[in-house]
Amino acid sequence: MSATSTSGTPLLETRDLVIRFGGVTAADNVSMQIEAWRNLAIIGPNGAGKTTFLNICTGWLKPQQGKVFLEGEDISALPPRKIVRRGVARAFQIPQLFTEHTALENLLISAAAREGLRNPLQSLHRIRQRDEMMHLLDLVNCADVADRVVVELSEGQRKLIDIAVALALKPRLLLMDEPTSGVASSQKHEVMEILVGALAEAGVTSVFVEHDMGIVSRYADEVAVWNAGNVQLRGTPEEILEHPDVIRDVIGEEVA
Amino acid sequence: MRDTTRHPTSDSAKPGAMPSIRAILTLLGILLLAAVPFIAPSMQLLINLALAKGLAVLGVTVLLRAGQVSFGHALFFGISAYVGAFLMASLPGADLILVLVAGVGGAVVSGLLVGLFVVRYRGIFFGMLNLAFSMIFWSILEKFYHVTGGADGIRLARPSVLGMAMERAGFEAVIFYLSIVLMVVLGWFTLRWFASPVGQIFQTIKTNETRLEYLGLSPRRVLLSGYVLSAALCGVGGSLMALTQGVVTPEYVWWVRSAEMVFIAVLGGAGSVRGAFIGALIYEVVRIYASAFAGDIWQLLLGSFLLVIILFAPGGIMGIADTLIGHRKKSGQRAATAEEAK
Repeated sequence: MSATSTSGTPLLETRDLVIRFGGVTAADNVSMQIEAWRNLAIIGPNGAGKTTFLNICTGWLKPQQGKVFLEGEDISALPPRKIVRRGVARAFQIPQLFTEHTALENLLISAAAREGLRNPLQSLHRIRQRDEMMHLLDLVNCADVADRVVVELSEGQRKLIDIAVALALKPRLLLMDEPTSGVASSQKHEVMEILVGALAEAGVTSVFVEHDMGIVSRYADEVAVWNAGNVQLRGTPEEILEHPDVIRDVIGEEVA
Repeated sequence: MRDTTRHPTSDSAKPGAMPSIRAILTLLGILLLAAVPFIAPSMQLLINLALAKGLAVLGVTVLLRAGQVSFGHALFFGISAYVGAFLMASLPGADLILVLVAGVGGAVVSGLLVGLFVVRYRGIFFGMLNLAFSMIFWSILEKFYHVTGGADGIRLARPSVLGMAMERAGFEAVIFYLSIVLMVVLGWFTLRWFASPVGQIFQTIKTNETRLEYLGLSPRRVLLSGYVLSAALCGVGGSLMALTQGVVTPEYVWWVRSAEMVFIAVLGGAGSVRGAFIGALIYEVVRIYASAFAGDIWQLLLGSFLLVIILFAPGGIMGIADTLIGHRKKSGQRAATAEEAK
């Protein structure tokens, strides 16, 4: 099955991406297409180039060769902020939040950035997007900590708020780097249930890097296996997680 | 130096009973200031100078909210003052409002030009580049004495007020009350700006520029908006100082003046709007009386006081005042400046 965006072109496409750090090739002629309305999981050993791929797609790193297209538009040379404005949001392995602001304020700032609010005499707390942001906080199960300063929150809560801040931008595509890392094992599935539910409600396509194969098998529509800076395999979770190369290289002997 | 800007100051406190007390105290303070010409006329000039300086400190305070310290903001203080002096020299009898608008306009334009360059840097580089720009301008003022009057400066003739020529006493009263009005209006505006989306976004420069970029915003442009505001506020202070003193000299942009602004901002409570003015008032009073009674050791006294503030009361005078009136920040209950500005 292959869903595409309304124009028929892939939502995001990379062609022959190459990036090297010294002697290490983190992206080695990466060409892949990301279709709309899917949750794509990226798995692979540490150092395979998964995060580098996300950094290139969002403009944080510039490829030495190759191009990135968003619905056919070349975004390879754009800085992150211009890519964000075109509908690509990012959540991080280490949550990137405004630590001296409350959870709600983080979302309100995101909404204000999205709407371009510039009235110097209007309080951030009184912008008309406040209810929408409270709903979003509720969606990620963090409404009860809305008025808590971010530094006081648990890692799991910060992860969810980081994602909510990205969702507040109303993106078409959300790229997430290990959304459940740092979250207690017992809470990982709870976090993902909330997250996938929020993504579905917002109608957002997602790409997430993940190491937990239980999470991948349950929540991904499609899986891409990364190795040595390129896509080694791609398919459904069932196809990928039973593949002998994946069992050997990624899942490891323990699971095998 | 400890990061005294890290803790929310009284300006960003949770509303409730204590902010009401603070509001009442603020109102009483303003009324007391307004009564100075009647109850302590000998203090009028001193207070006027402190208010002018307080407005400039407010400009430095704006940048502190973004975690940036400028050691060169006297540049905009001086540019505004010199623009006013040149204007009065070329247009004798020009109106006070025109002098103020032209001065602040000069500060805004120069703030924009300097800002375009310095917002590329952070921390010590940001601070020192500001210092470099102010020292370049200081050198120009000193060396081009045919135009600038050199170290002697330029006399700023008394402007008319709404078309009327005024005697010295009347003009001093106008400037004094204008300073109070500008303190209230610009202090209120700055609080509202801090609480607004654009002000809140500006303050995130201190905590996470990566996220800012990933919200679709340019951190440089965000910092520039606050930088221009801070330059404008310094410009208002510079114009008022020049109008009060009637003469402008290169000392207006001397690095010590810039350091003094940072000193007062930390003394009052880094990031605090009220603290900028309270700090300036206390600083000026201590400076004048300590220099009269303690000779050359007044700097030692002020320096020691600042050391104590940094070590034991990082919230500055406003932090101490909050403690005295029983207001403390409660964990999990911090509210935005927005709440105060409601």
